[in-house]
Amino acid sequence: MRRFLSLGLLCLVLLSTAMTAQAQSDPSTPDDQAALALLSALDVDSYRDKGEAITAILQSDDERARDWLQALLDGRLQRADDGRFVLVLDNRGRDWPVADALTNEPLGEMSRRDLERVGINNALRNQLRSAIAVVDLYSPNVERRRTSADRLLGEVDGELAETLAPVIAEAEDDHVRMRLTQAVAIYRAEQGEMAGVEALTGSLHPRARVALGRAANSDDPIVADAAAAALAGIEQQLKINRGLETLYFGLSLGSVLVLAAIGLAITFGVMGVINMAHGELMMLGAYTTWMMQQLLPGQPGLALMLSIPAGFMVAALVGIAIERGVIQFLKGRPLETLLATFGISLILQQLVRTVISPLNRTVVTPEWMSGSLVINDALSLTLNRMYVLGFALVVFAALMLIMRRTRLGLEVRAVTQNRAMARSMGIRATRVDIMTFALGSGVAGLAGVALSQLTNVGPNLGQNYIIDSFMVVVFGGVGNLWGTLVAGLSLGIINQVLEPWAGAVLAKIIVLVFIILFIQKRPRGLFPQKGRAAEG
Amino acid sequence: MMTQATSSQFWLTRPFGERATQTFLGVLFAALLIVTVLHLAVPQGHPLHVNAYTVNLFGKYLSYALLAVAVDLVWGYLGILSLGHGAFFAIGGYAMGMYLMRQIGERGTYGHPVLPDFMVFLNWDSLPWYWHGFDMAWFAFAMVLLAPGLLALVFGFLAFRSRVTGVYLSIITQALTFALMLAFFRNEMGFGGNNGLTDFRELLGFNLRSDATRLGLFIATGVALALGYILCRAIVTSKLGRVCVATRDAEARTRFIGYRVERFQLFVFVVSAMLAGLAGALYVPQVGIINPSEFSPLFSIEIVLWVALGGRATLYGAVIGAILVNYAKTIFTGIMPDAWLFALGALFVLVTVLLPKGVAGLLGHLKRRKEDDHPPKEAAA
Repeated sequence: MRRFLSLGLLCLVLLSTAMTAQAQSDPSTPDDQAALALLSALDVDSYRDKGEAITAILQSDDERARDWLQALLDGRLQRADDGRFVLVLDNRGRDWPVADALTNEPLGEMSRRDLERVGINNALRNQLRSAIAVVDLYSPNVERRRTSADRLLGEVDGELAETLAPVIAEAEDDHVRMRLTQAVAIYRAEQGEMAGVEALTGSLHPRARVALGRAANSDDPIVADAAAAALAGIEQQLKINRGLETLYFGLSLGSVLVLAAIGLAITFGVMGVINMAHGELMMLGAYTTWMMQQLLPGQPGLALMLSIPAGFMVAALVGIAIERGVIQFLKGRPLETLLATFGISLILQQLVRTVISPLNRTVVTPEWMSGSLVINDALSLTLNRMYVLGFALVVFAALMLIMRRTRLGLEVRAVTQNRAMARSMGIRATRVDIMTFALGSGVAGLAGVALSQLTNVGPNLGQNYIIDSFMVVVFGGVGNLWGTLVAGLSLGIINQVLEPWAGAVLAKIIVLVFIILFIQKRPRGLFPQKGRAAEG
Repeated sequence: MMTQATSSQFWLTRPFGERATQTFLGVLFAALLIVTVLHLAVPQGHPLHVNAYTVNLFGKYLSYALLAVAVDLVWGYLGILSLGHGAFFAIGGYAMGMYLMRQIGERGTYGHPVLPDFMVFLNWDSLPWYWHGFDMAWFAFAMVLLAPGLLALVFGFLAFRSRVTGVYLSIITQALTFALMLAFFRNEMGFGGNNGLTDFRELLGFNLRSDATRLGLFIATGVALALGYILCRAIVTSKLGRVCVATRDAEARTRFIGYRVERFQLFVFVVSAMLAGLAGALYVPQVGIINPSEFSPLFSIEIVLWVALGGRATLYGAVIGAILVNYAKTIFTGIMPDAWLFALGALFVLVTVLLPKGVAGLLGHLKRRKEDDHPPKEAAA
């Protein structure tokens, strides 16, 4: 690791050569003879000599140096039988496509038996990584500069620290400057220098903590105390960050629960209909997303956006079919409705298994939804979960608006409170039933579209959520959308808070038992309905 | 409609005076006898011979039938739709399984004198406290009844006291069995985790793999079913049973009349759970395994379907339903496994929409038609 004594010097050389190389407008090919000599020096048995050869390559002002080093690191730099050095482009199968290491021209395929790899050991691997990182610091590409700066954390030694000082001063990118400063500070802290400890105070990177831990054992009591204090501060910060992360995951799980339960809150809470096939309607929504992505290959984002209305429609139509085909005949017999819709859920599951496949399908996450939002070194929030959280809130708000502000919502509430009276006022109760059920089912479809971005899409998708979503509705108070929101989010958070010390399964059991006990205490949920509606 | 004369009889013997009970017991014992004779007396290879596998299968159906009777007792007569009776069944089964595990003794794969194989495998060095005593048959058999009964007592006490009824109760019973399933899947629970308890050898000294033991278990299950049926029948025809029916039809009114509804509910619920536990205990030695899948909500809701198909609040309907559905399941999963869930799902829908009184209602309807030419209108509903 500490073998590249001359690296500092060569960096200076590189810096100048990189500039002169750019200044030279003439793209004359460098001397191939010299390049071949550089590469041939690698093809020796002694690793020590190889290390020197790598240094030589770095010191050469050859612009292909980075490619060679990277290929050497990946084991793709190989020597053909005829003595030429080649870069292997793809090492699968028997014959590998290769390119000439000197000219970078493709040479077609070569049998792997005719090639011999230039071997390296772990010490060389480390040397290569640092060397490439240093080369990359001068790359015109910002992303590459950032990654290489990230890679240097904990890899800096005395020489390199010297070398990096001017680079830090000149760095244009904040992230690069911050990382390089940290990298140097880690080295200084490990050496027991006060400056390093001070620079690392408040840094959340795991490497920084390791360095501070070493500094805390330093012989110098002042440095040791400062490092210990810095560590304690970092621990505190980490605790806060872990708390925030748990909260985020809890909110994310909660938003899924809310999405799954909010449709139920309408069909069960408002209409009093137990729809055990609700989970399967979610499953249909998820499969609609998958189907859309099959129809629009290469455009997962567009497909996902289109799935939102499509998933709603598919689930709503199936919901209408269920209502017309079965539920309308079971009015006033909630337990029978439960059994019949359970039968429907079995049929829908088996239908998907038979028609599509019993195996899980992959739904692609569009680029703008993948990745994560990096807050700091200890906390990053995955974007897809954030989108689902936002989506859940939007769906909730839309439903609230529909129930509170539209004619349909008014009629639904009227029919719920007093069916006979509503009918005598001219409200067509049957139509309201259909619309309500379609709305609840459609929301289930939306939940499915959102879930397809978080979990596997398979025939059992709905089954996994049905019990949880009933729990949320009952916990929140039947017939109360706000209750569902609060219950879903809080159950999600409780679950995530319990998980670290109880394990995922036990956390789930604890939550279930908690709800069972809670219902004993408050049979009508967190926010019971008051007045006439409560008597239904 | 009980007459004054019959209600003065001793409550436990009263069912014998009913025609339905007499018919049921007659058919049940005839079936037991016929199967036994066909198994023992008819030589192998003869078309009428019933082989040991089929006897075992019938034994399994009969234990399911007992479970269905237990569910019908609470659903048919008390109006409590329990979606968690599979839990009581499974707990009874686990109690029996624990006894059978202890009977294996040194014959397990690892040859440990006390610890079952899976505990040796998990590197446990001693038996968890709740496994003690299960080497004694009387203790294990008592636990078959007491463990599910205790769970039902605690759960029912909490639920009925706070008047959780109807759909809410159904959902939390489902949550109960779901939570138990998750718990039993954990290796740390000490019940064999995912694999459950299996590899049983003998029960009370009888080799579980011999044909004679299988026949014995079949007959024992039949007798247990008969006894369970008589017990339930006695309960529902007693005064207590009338209160239950009143509770089912109008809980608030019954309460206002002055009955402590929750006590009746609790009593019947516990009896039902114990019967379910007994059914589980008879089931386990016949199938040779008990694992957490018996706790799955799907199984519990399937039991309800058996009862619905057979006909609620008849008890014998539950037996018919359990045997019919499970026979159909055996046939279907044998010839076209994919179609089974379609068939099961369709059954759920058709029975609830078209056949609200089940097969028993259909039988009664046909009988009445025969008896007079003017069938009562309500029977068609």
